[in-house]
Amino acid sequence: MIEIKGIEKSFGDHQVLAGVDLTVGTGETMVILGRSGCGKSVLLKLVIGLLKPDSGQVLVGGEPVPYDRPGDLFRMRGKFGMLFQAAALFDSLTVGENVGLGLKENTSLNAGEISRRVKEKLLTVGLDGAEFLKPAELSGGMKKRVGLARALAMDPEYILYDEPTTGLDPVMGGVINELIRDLQHKFRATSIAVTHDIHSAFRIGDRIALLHEGRIVHVGTVAETKATRNPVVEEFIEGQSG
Amino acid sequence: MPARLVIEGDSAHIEGSLTFPDVRRVLAEFERALAVRTGSTLEVDLSGLTRIDSGGAALLDEVTERGRGRNVRVAYTGACDEVAEIRRIFSSGAGARVAERERAGLLQRCGVWGYHTWAGFLEFLQLTADTFYWSFAGLVSKRGGRKGAFVTQALLIGVDALPVVLTISFLVGAILALQSAAQLRQFGANIFVADLIAVSMAREMGPLMTAIILAGRSGSAIASEIATMTVTEEIDALKTMGINPVRYIVVPKFYAISLCMPLLSILATLVGILGGLIVAFLYLDLTPAVYTREAIEILTAKDIVTGLVKSVAFAGLICTIGAHYGFRVQGGAEGVGRTTTASVVAAIFAVVVADCFFSLIFYF
Repeated sequence: MIEIKGIEKSFGDHQVLAGVDLTVGTGETMVILGRSGCGKSVLLKLVIGLLKPDSGQVLVGGEPVPYDRPGDLFRMRGKFGMLFQAAALFDSLTVGENVGLGLKENTSLNAGEISRRVKEKLLTVGLDGAEFLKPAELSGGMKKRVGLARALAMDPEYILYDEPTTGLDPVMGGVINELIRDLQHKFRATSIAVTHDIHSAFRIGDRIALLHEGRIVHVGTVAETKATRNPVVEEFIEGQSG
Repeated sequence: MPARLVIEGDSAHIEGSLTFPDVRRVLAEFERALAVRTGSTLEVDLSGLTRIDSGGAALLDEVTERGRGRNVRVAYTGACDEVAEIRRIFSSGAGARVAERERAGLLQRCGVWGYHTWAGFLEFLQLTADTFYWSFAGLVSKRGGRKGAFVTQALLIGVDALPVVLTISFLVGAILALQSAAQLRQFGANIFVADLIAVSMAREMGPLMTAIILAGRSGSAIASEIATMTVTEEIDALKTMGINPVRYIVVPKFYAISLCMPLLSILATLVGILGGLIVAFLYLDLTPAVYTREAIEILTAKDIVTGLVKSVAFAGLICTIGAHYGFRVQGGAEGVGRTTTASVVAAIFAVVVADCFFSLIFYF
């Protein structure tokens, strides 16, 4: 379970998050919707400890994120996998090295075992045999899938998705949505996805939260979100549908 | 009913439904009204509004901003609760923030600048401490390091820089010899050209010129590589995988530059002395044997050691300053360019200041 309690975060004079409260149940996929620049990615980075909140706290499995203890923070991150907006693959490494990097640096697995795990994860995301390609040789959709394989490599308890379909054509976006949905059913990891893509949100989310002006203004299932009369949610859905 | 804007003197009122499809038209009408007035107030009555959406709320913000540009204060009155609530939800608040910034005085701006500069300096010290810690830790344990990165970096920083370092050092030696020869010849002190070149190259010009070249060449490469990794979230990706970016990215570069810089400095010194020798042979009638013997005799162990100590210190400064600016980058490609330039300027400045400091402690 991930519990976000009263999180506030400002950058200079600009307050991005003004008291966010949200609970993500074990095995649940929570999608956080919001306009571009509303602080969704900031919230994700606060959850994984890449940024420190000005006030409030995040509990992961009941334990507060140890923002001020780098050693504990690095250990806590071992429970997480994260898919970045632009995949954030390392250009100098091959696909296989990218996927296996966390295993190589954080586990005592030998090279053969790492290679086996890398092949298995690449097979899971439909990129069997791509381990010797360089990121520069991949399309946008393939990069996202490699990023997904890398996020899954350590068999994480928690997975964070930052704009999983941004920059992809609708067909490839749909493929990624289906892949994420399948992986959620298969691994049952507690997940948070942030997106401004309403179609993606409805496809992959168990519940949907809307972040607006630094606060969560709506939380509900997909059906509840579609039926709500909350003007901000309606505006968002209509804007997207139109 | 679509929105209808009626302007009468210094007041206006809007009726109907102000939604996205009306925004362009109503904005053009407001623009025409603002164009004919300066330095006044335009009071807009919103009591006739039956509906507003985010487009309408953004329009009202935009009119406020455009009014400010023409020194016209736009005031909205009479909005019903529903309209006021929608405006509150969707207003960007940009106008209020701009006004707040405009009110900041010189003292406040100086204070903000000082605070950010001090915070940046503390971050630099933290990074330097981390780099030293992980450099020593990396000698004991290889875990968390990047296999093969040291050799790659040493080739990039050391071998690839060799041609430019040697060429410039040769020319510096020759220029020093030419400049001094003109004076020394008047006193029949030609032989002292060898002393001057040897001492100045070993103590000063060899390490300094090498450091300045590497600050421009390798310092910029370090800053731009790390800055690019930061803006593409690769640094964040490393952290989420439990990998320390300082140990994984910075330490191999630190090892490489700390080894290559003294070696390049030694070569630069030798080539600079060679440049002086050629000038001395061609213009001062000194034989290579006499010049070489004089240069070797004048050099002391202290000259060599101080040059090496300085070059190692310069290497550390160039690497940590480049990394510091790389990690602090903000924005996209433009930010990378800006931070790279800033890192080179800061590195050269720091090298010159450090050189001054070393001259004080070694020779006074």
